[in-house]
Amino acid sequence: MSTKHTQAAERFIRNTQQAQWHNETLWMVREKRDRLSQSLPEWEELRELASQIKRHTLSHLDEYLVRFVEQAEANGVVVHWAKDAQEHNEIVHALLTEHKAKKLVKSKSMLTEECHLNAYLIERGIDVVESDLGERILQLKNQLPSHIVLPAIHLKRQEVGKLFEEKLHTEKDNSDPTYLTHAARLHLRNEFLTADAAMTGANFGVAETGDVVVCTNEGNADMGTSFPKLHIVSMGIEKLVPNYQALSVFTRLLARSATGQPSTTYTSHYRTPRKGCEMHIVLVDNGRSTSLGNEEHNQTLKCIRCGACMNTCPVYRRSGGYSYTYFIPGPIGINLGMLRSPGQYFDNVSACSLCYSCNNVCPAKVDLADQIYRWRQQLDALGKADPTKKVMSFGLKFLFARPKLYNMALKFAPIINHLPRFLLYNGLNGWGKGREMPSFAKKSFTQIFLNHDFIKIHGINKIKKS
Amino acid sequence: MKVGLFIPCYVNAVYPEVGVATYKLLCSLGIDTDYPLAQTCCGQPMANAGFERDTLSLARHFEALFAQYDYVVAPSASCVAFVKENYPRILKPSAHLCQTSGKIYDICEFLHDIIKVNKLPGKFPHKVSVHNSCHGVRELHLSSASELNIPRFSKLKNLLSLVEGIEVFEPQKVDECCGFGGMFSIEEPAMSVCMGQDKLRNHIATGAEYITGADSSCLMHLQGIVKREKLPIQFIHIVQILSAGL
Repeated sequence: MSTKHTQAAERFIRNTQQAQWHNETLWMVREKRDRLSQSLPEWEELRELASQIKRHTLSHLDEYLVRFVEQAEANGVVVHWAKDAQEHNEIVHALLTEHKAKKLVKSKSMLTEECHLNAYLIERGIDVVESDLGERILQLKNQLPSHIVLPAIHLKRQEVGKLFEEKLHTEKDNSDPTYLTHAARLHLRNEFLTADAAMTGANFGVAETGDVVVCTNEGNADMGTSFPKLHIVSMGIEKLVPNYQALSVFTRLLARSATGQPSTTYTSHYRTPRKGCEMHIVLVDNGRSTSLGNEEHNQTLKCIRCGACMNTCPVYRRSGGYSYTYFIPGPIGINLGMLRSPGQYFDNVSACSLCYSCNNVCPAKVDLADQIYRWRQQLDALGKADPTKKVMSFGLKFLFARPKLYNMALKFAPIINHLPRFLLYNGLNGWGKGREMPSFAKKSFTQIFLNHDFIKIHGINKIKKS
Repeated sequence: MKVGLFIPCYVNAVYPEVGVATYKLLCSLGIDTDYPLAQTCCGQPMANAGFERDTLSLARHFEALFAQYDYVVAPSASCVAFVKENYPRILKPSAHLCQTSGKIYDICEFLHDIIKVNKLPGKFPHKVSVHNSCHGVRELHLSSASELNIPRFSKLKNLLSLVEGIEVFEPQKVDECCGFGGMFSIEEPAMSVCMGQDKLRNHIATGAEYITGADSSCLMHLQGIVKREKLPIQFIHIVQILSAGL
């Protein structure tokens, strides 16, 4: 009984020190989030409001999209519609070709990860430069993000030092964070100055004004979009909020939930192209409208990608982002993966103890754990249920549906206590890997009750047989 | 007031003393308590593993069995939460309006909210660390969840404070999951055991002699690790402390 997640998680915690460090580092982020959220008396109201705004917007998405596009076009922005990742990548590539752009600087965008844009462009000769520090580190290391907000959280500074030594020619064995950040800054500064085009993601799109709002801590989106003549925004259609009042709810929630900051250092609003420049928005569906029609799971679309569910998830913290088979890990990744392709990403559904902590931290009140529970119910129909669990479940049902048999089993269960150890503790017994089995009581509660032991011992005469 | 006692399957088989303590405590408070014998399991083990459909017949049986009682009381927060949260939906296909959901209580919740117990006869002169179980905290609201910005409370600590001589502690990461999670514990044993070990470290660091809580399932998992690793801490269900001296 094991999934790809089970196996990858087991490998991850074999390096005990690294795993504990990962766990505690992310827990610190969770604690920062707690402190910040508890400093706002209206926090829970904000979460409820955010949830309702998203519900409203998603259930009127057609209207808001039309409004957003009309506004953006009136602002001089060119809007493109992409039904899937392929179309998105083609549109972006065509724009770059049209502008004879050879170098593209990007700020962080999970949507472009989803579309595998970088690989697509690099294959076609474009020099793609990630400008978020974490993303840049990973790009130099040829790795993918292991967290959606803290993409390189699995790396220690010593590893970054080594990487920079090799790629950016920094001093040998110097892994001082300030020194390394400064080196990255100089390196990126040159990339910003020489880029032909800039790309950003979008945290929010404001329907009333056509604005695109991008939140960063490093100002890299602003640096990237300040020099080149072309700015392309890659944006999922679920990113819309109706207006600025609605936006203000999310800007209060986002950074507090994500990193425990009152706000991101930069909250940049892009409305019109700079003089003599072009701004394009690529609105991407890539399965979102299908998800919207999925009544059991469409609440997932409320997600604002803050990563709080990862930081609190006891399984994510202990197994790392790479233990999941979908590019977004943690509770939200389990759900998004299943929405994308259940047959492909079902391995992640085991990575949840149903502790419900994710539900409580989510700023948009996505019922992440409930949805994971519901996905589990669908595994059997997809032919992906674990055969052992299926047999166990059937066996339990058989037993529990027969009270007489159940009572008989209760009576004879203690025999198991006396089985030889090799029968109880072997490769088949997942429980026994790190734990002793519970021992069955000599007399079950039912037997004690039937024997009227209460009367004999305590003089209580309230026993009634039914 | 007539109470139907529900003793979950694993409590019945492994921790009958928890059932006995619950029964004695209810009787000592003068509550008319009945134990319907044809009960088995609420169905949570199968449902959490992805086989909720296997639980419809159990839910129907459960409903019928406890139909005559004003309250259903059980010494297991997780099982109670399962019935409360899921039975209405599970029973939908049988066109039956679920009654149990609205009248099932964990024993602590029942004592605290319905009976409003304000004194207990027993003494327990020991240090205990309270195990805030996920379903107890986040589904039954036995205490305030650490993630939420709501006034802090703990029904478990309130009840324990009525017991003479007890010293009550709570671990760091006060309501982080211990890693049991039903079939999660055998499907993801590495994660489950690691979470358990971390939880135990935090409990042991309080200096407590006992870990106590409203969910024997978490305690069973933690006890399995303690036995394997021979760690210096004991386990007791909260109702055994509350019924001390009876």
